[in-house]
Parts: sequence; structure tokens; C-alpha cells
Amino acid sequence: MLSPEIYALLFKALLDTLYMVAVSGLLGTALGLPLGVLLAVTGRGELLQNLAFNRVAGVLVNMTRSTPFIILVVAIIPFTRLIAGTSIGTAAAIVPLTVAAVPFIARIVEGAVREVDRGLIEAAQSMGATPFQIIRKVLLPEAMPAIALGLTLSVVSLIGYSAMVGAVGGGGLGDLGIRYGYQRFLPEVMLAVVIVLIVLVQIVQSTGDWIARRVNKRNLKS
Amino acid sequence: MITFEQLQKTYPSRGTGQPVQALADIDLTIGRGEIYGIIGRSGAGKSTLLRTVNLLEKPTSGRVLVDGVDVTALSSRELRAARHSIGMIFQHFNLLSSRTVFDNVALPLELAGVAKAQIRATVEPLLDLVGLTDKRDRYPAELSGGQKQRVGIARALASKPKVLLSDEATSALDPETTTQILHLLADINKRLGLTIVLITHEIAVIKEICHKVAVMENGRIIEQGPVFDIFAHPKHETTKTFVDPVINRGIPDSLRARLSATPVPGSNMVLRITFTGERATSPVISAISRKLNLDLNIWHGQIDEIQGAPFGTLVVEAIGNPQSIEAAISLLNVNKLGVEVLGHAVPGNLRAAV
Repeated sequence: MLSPEIYALLFKALLDTLYMVAVSGLLGTALGLPLGVLLAVTGRGELLQNLAFNRVAGVLVNMTRSTPFIILVVAIIPFTRLIAGTSIGTAAAIVPLTVAAVPFIARIVEGAVREVDRGLIEAAQSMGATPFQIIRKVLLPEAMPAIALGLTLSVVSLIGYSAMVGAVGGGGLGDLGIRYGYQRFLPEVMLAVVIVLIVLVQIVQSTGDWIARRVNKRNLKS
Repeated sequence: MITFEQLQKTYPSRGTGQPVQALADIDLTIGRGEIYGIIGRSGAGKSTLLRTVNLLEKPTSGRVLVDGVDVTALSSRELRAARHSIGMIFQHFNLLSSRTVFDNVALPLELAGVAKAQIRATVEPLLDLVGLTDKRDRYPAELSGGQKQRVGIARALASKPKVLLSDEATSALDPETTTQILHLLADINKRLGLTIVLITHEIAVIKEICHKVAVMENGRIIEQGPVFDIFAHPKHETTKTFVDPVINRGIPDSLRARLSATPVPGSNMVLRITFTGERATSPVISAISRKLNLDLNIWHGQIDEIQGAPFGTLVVEAIGNPQSIEAAISLLNVNKLGVEVLGHAVPGNLRAAV
């Protein structure tokens, strides 16, 4: 069985992971949601067509998305130091996690918003709605079930990414698993880490599914 | 109420293709309080024309006057204000799935910044008007097609518009529900004095509730006028193909085979009598038959009702002496019934022909 010290380490690592995922998830949503909406509404023939912005934002998003996360973590160390004041530790790990989360969430939100029936936009326009009103009263509420599922997926991905920030001394469950389970050859620690991660992801996914069902009014039985 | 002046709409060419002319030389006036139907096949330009009224489609040239205001000349802010007085309903309802019936109807008022209490005071009578008071907290997914369109109508009326645009509003509904929705529209037109412009590809819709109709083909209006006149005397071939299934003006082929253009020995004259308006109800036929001692053998006929006025045609073979037939024709003319000689029935066994 695991010693009390290991339990304490496991608990501390769980808290670190939750902290990193929560903060980067919130920041990623705060930045990724508006970016995703802008990507969706500035496309060709869309509400606020702006092809120059759409193109530039699209390329930036793709660049970030196509960089493997572990490379991204190392590559943006100067940026991390600029923002967090340091390049190692849990707080510093939030920077690359957020940088990875923003384009991920933006693409998911973009897809969800684009899925909204164009007839609804036309109907709102026929009522004299401004573009901003259409975004707030039509596009976001109608895309909410898909956005909720997408954000759930993003959080699950962030939990996975957070295991890699051990590379910059980020701490968390992944770091514990590598340092104790692998390097010190304590398979029971590795197993414990994996079980905690599985449970964590299950809880996140179930909560996300539940929220998505709650906001989805499309499949109600009459 | 609505005037289209020299309206043109051309879509620029895509790639190497030719530019597409969606609307050409549209001149049309729609009077206040009218239910004006625009009929055409898909691609005829009727949907584009309807959308120029609230400028969801921007015309390439020409003007659209709504209540005296040229909507093509408005700034985007003025246009949004003008759209508050133009309601619109859609083929696929376009209700927000995330909002209840009440909140869907409230949406245009929310967008206009109306206070909560005022929204309630406006929406509740509207739900009553369309018969959905008991569904106020339901979501669109819980409603039938007809109920969804009722929500659409209530929503379109929420901002107290002067004009209601109907984009194939009944095309996704079954015949029975279509009739109910059309009657609701006619009722609203009468009660609120609302001008309704509707587009459809179904002649039955025009016949059911429209006062006037315009027929469109290839972006042009090929025929327009009061519904009764268009149905009674369609001029354009396309109009005839629309009208014929409803107003059966033709005669069956088996009977046509017995017609000869010129009299042959022993033949009888075949007449088509057209009934329009209140004349359709007076017993002219039996009176003629009695007075002139004429046998009228009815070949084919149909009496229908357009806009509450009876309308129909009757094809008869007149059997009697030529003087009586002459007298009958003039008597029909005196009674303002349309009468035309279709030909002469070649003698033979009618039963065998049928």
C-alpha cells in the first residue's frame, strides 16, 4: 500500500492539476470564446464579414494548434517568463496551458456558432436586431449545447496537457507519475495517478454532458 | 402601402459563369390592408422580391417604398427601426430552440428595448390571439408544425407591424394545418388591417385568402391583378398551368375527340358557359331550357368559389333548333354569363366515347 507521504504527495499533485486546469480553462474560455465567435462571424458571407481579420486570426490559431504541446511549452518560455515572472512552477505552467487552450476553444466555439441555422439569423435581422444583439441573443444561446460539450472536451484535453508541464517543473499528477512512478520505479504510484486521472476525467465528462443536456431544448419529448 | 419601382437584382457571376438576373423590371403596388399573393415556381425570384421589402436582399437598382419610405435609401440604423414595422414569417418557422414560446414571441420586443412589464402586456394577448396561451412555457421542440407557425405569427405581430411578409409560411405544413394557418392570417388581416404579402408555389393558398396576385417567372412579373380576374381569365401560359388544376377550364380528351370545328350533318353546338360572381347562383340554365324548349346535355362542369364569389364553367351540348340556340346565347349574354362556342358535337354514341 501507499505510505502517508505518498498520499500527501498525491493530494498535493491533484490540487496542482485542478488549479492549473481551472485557471487555464477559465482564461482559455474568456479569450477563446470571443475569438471563436469572431472567427465565425467574420467569415465569407457571414454577419460581420472581415476576411483580412478572419485570415490572420485563422493562421495564428492554426499555428498554435499544429505545434505539439510539449514543444509549445519550451518554445514560449520567454513569453511565459514575461507574463508569470518565472518560467518554472505551477503558476508558470498556466501560461502555455492557456496559450494552447485559447485556439482549441476558439475553433470549437467557431464550429458551434457556424452550426446555428442561418434562418435564425435572418429572422433576427428581420426583427431589426443589431449584429451584436444577434450574437448575444441568437448565436450564443443556440450554440450553447455544442459549446458546453466543446468546453468539456477542452477541459479533458487540458487535464492531459497538464501532465506534460512537469517538463518545466509545473507539478501536478502527471509530474508525480513521471518522477515517482517512472523514475523511482514505484508502479503503485503510477497506478494511483492513473486512477485519479481517470476518475477526474469521468467527473468532468459527466458534468459536461449533464450541463449540455440541460441547455439543449431541441430534443424535448412533447 | 408597398411600391416596387423599376426593381432589378443581379447576382454577380461566380467564377466564369454569367451574372444571374434574379429580378427584372419589377413594378408593383400593394395596397394598404390587402393580402397580396406572389406565386411562381422555385427560382422565379419571388423569395428575392419579398426580401427586398425589409432589405434582407439589397436590390441592384430601383426603389422599394414601404408606407412612403424608400427602404433602399435608409442608413443601417434607420433600416433596423423600419424593420420593426415589417413582420416576417418563414417556411421553417425559424424559432429559437433555446427559448420558450413566450420568450420567442418576446424576442423582437427585447431587441427593441421594451420594458419587461410592457413585454408581458403585449405577448400575452398575442398568445391568446394565436391560441397558444397554454403552451406559453413550452419549447419549440415540443410543438407541432402548425403550433410553431402560430408562434412565428405571434412573434411577427409583437412589434405591431403594418406589413406582414410571409415566406412560404404554409409550405412545410399538412393541408389541414395549412388551411388553419391561412384562416388565421385572413383573420389577422381583417381584424388588424394588416397588409400581408405572401409568396407561395401553391395556387390553393392564393385561392384561399389572397385578394390580388402576381405571377412571377424568370425574375419578372408576367401577370398581376385581382385573384378573381386572374383565375377567370388567365392570359399567360404559366398562369394557366397554375390555375388549371384548380379551375378546370379544359374538357376531357374523350369528349374533345367528338368535337368538330365546323358543323356536320346532325351535329349539335357545344357551348362553354362561364359563371362568375353572383350569376353562378341564379338558375339560368334551367330557365333557358324551359323557356326555349332546349335540351342541354351537360358534358362537363365545375363550380368553385374564389374569394367568396362563385366561379365555374359548364360545357353543354345544346340540342334543339338553331333559332332557340341563338336565343339562348343572347340570353346568356344578357345575364352577363360568359359563353363561347367550343365546336360541334359529331353525332355518335356518347357513352361509347366516354
